[in-house]
Amino acid sequence: MAEKKSVAELKAIASQVRRDIVRMVHSCQSGHPGGSLGCTDFFVALYFHEMNHDPKFNMDAKGEDLFFLSNGHISPVFYSVLAHSGYFPVKELATFRKINSRLQGHPATHEHLPGIRIASGSLGQGLSVAIGAAEAKRLNKDDSYVYVLMGDGEQQEGQVWEAAMYAPNHKLDHLIATIDWNGQQIDGPTAKINDLRDLRAKYEAFGWEVIESNGNDMAGILAALQKAKSLAGKGKPIMNLMKTEMGAGVDFMMGSHKWHGVAPNDEQLAEALGQLEETLGDY
Amino acid sequence: MTKFEILGKNDTRSGFGVGLLEAGQQNPNVVALCADLIGSLKMDAFIKEFPERFFQVGIAEANMMGIAAGLTIGGKIPFTGTFANFSTGRVYDQIRQSIAYSGKNVKICASHAGVTLGEDGATHQILEDIGMMKMLPGMTVINPCDYNQTRQATVAIAKYEGPVYLRFGRPKVPIFIKEDMPFVIGKALKLVEGSDVSIFATGHLVWEAVLAEEILREKGISAEIINIHTIKPLDEKAILDSVAKTGCAVSAEEHQMNGGLGDSIAQTLATHNPLPQEYVAVKDSFGESGVPEQLMEKYGLNAAHIVEAALKAIDRKRKK
Repeated sequence: MAEKKSVAELKAIASQVRRDIVRMVHSCQSGHPGGSLGCTDFFVALYFHEMNHDPKFNMDAKGEDLFFLSNGHISPVFYSVLAHSGYFPVKELATFRKINSRLQGHPATHEHLPGIRIASGSLGQGLSVAIGAAEAKRLNKDDSYVYVLMGDGEQQEGQVWEAAMYAPNHKLDHLIATIDWNGQQIDGPTAKINDLRDLRAKYEAFGWEVIESNGNDMAGILAALQKAKSLAGKGKPIMNLMKTEMGAGVDFMMGSHKWHGVAPNDEQLAEALGQLEETLGDY
Repeated sequence: MTKFEILGKNDTRSGFGVGLLEAGQQNPNVVALCADLIGSLKMDAFIKEFPERFFQVGIAEANMMGIAAGLTIGGKIPFTGTFANFSTGRVYDQIRQSIAYSGKNVKICASHAGVTLGEDGATHQILEDIGMMKMLPGMTVINPCDYNQTRQATVAIAKYEGPVYLRFGRPKVPIFIKEDMPFVIGKALKLVEGSDVSIFATGHLVWEAVLAEEILREKGISAEIINIHTIKPLDEKAILDSVAKTGCAVSAEEHQMNGGLGDSIAQTLATHNPLPQEYVAVKDSFGESGVPEQLMEKYGLNAAHIVEAALKAIDRKRKK
């Protein structure tokens, strides 16, 4: 297990991860930079501070915390963070979305990429999987945490609410779910496409302990995850409603859904990289 | 006289129930999930003995498939239980992504398959499930024929690593597979030796094939009866060895003609040894309410239809 990083160190890692993301999607001219950038700080906080995890990678993860990415399209941030955590070589990021790569467009176990425990991409399935993993941990008398990240647009999938109903009824209180609440989806703002309305009230009504956080403030994320852990073990699953800015860190990608699934051209790449310090060396 | 003695009568789902209990006793990692159909799936005995290893998911099959996938991460061997319709079509994408593509060791156990579900009608009588499941890369598809074989199959799949679709049914049907007969996943079971026609049957149609063999024998025709309990991976060798001897084939299944066992056999024949084949299957229609025997007759799925198909296959062979 790696030692925990300071906020300054975490921010430096996040800057490199953001560089990786824009370079990866530029290189294959496809992928989803917006949500990846928005969730970068959260991923870095989880993998470099909060989670007890082993990059040697054992699928069963006994005694380890687990993370599941339900909104699999933000794979660039996941891959970069896994690589920098030591799950696989950082240079492999160059193969993202290319033929014969383990770094599929959406995360997959099929190619045995260390760090990935379930395929995701078809939305709405990750919370159910996380619940299953949490049930297995309870049977194994393993009180590690199970984390899952979902998109906010993903909340429109019916399966999410099947799972949302199950977790509190089965008192899965080591389950910490987060929603990337950026208010955007492919076709526009969630409020216009199919309004999520009051997510806090919805999850509370289902029986969750709900907290809110700012997902683009490193210290705020750490505080939120600490809060979530302090609420664990009390009979309720925890839902972290995390406000983020899609495209965070690259000014022209922020504040709109337009960069949900679009790759930058050469000039845009240069402009984006100019805003992001190279801290760990580019792959 | 048929070549097999009727040892009793019971539903295949009860075979699943006892098999699940047995698998649970053999391996503490075996767990079970159900979507509000415990009684129908005969899961009570397992739940009574292992309450902490059972998960009642409620009427939420998509969630059940995802939870099952998650349980494998942690070393569990989950058996999901609901009707075949809700085990496949309703949750196809969940199975495809979270179980099949992810290579998870989930056992999808599906009762009330086919028209013999009876009175509930076509909404519940799935006839497309074998096709859907066999198309998924890496998925093993098994459709046992009686109580004993369903018990054997349930125990066997717990010991096999990888996703499995186990299909069984609702009505009480003859038990004729002896407990000491072998059950090996992917290995066809030859029930009767014959020389004029090969009848490859799965599920409830295996007993009908045994009945058909008797009728054909009385007509002076020697039918070979082979029980294909594992549709995928298909025992191609057993099929090709048999047709090399008989020169023609009949496939028999309680499933759509499109995409079922018959198509798997046709693919094998077409690519290795093209010979006449006749299908006993549902011909591109939905089922309806009724009692199982009536529905089997109306949809062309009983011994009389197998005999008719066998005669036609033999006739085509002779005209070649």
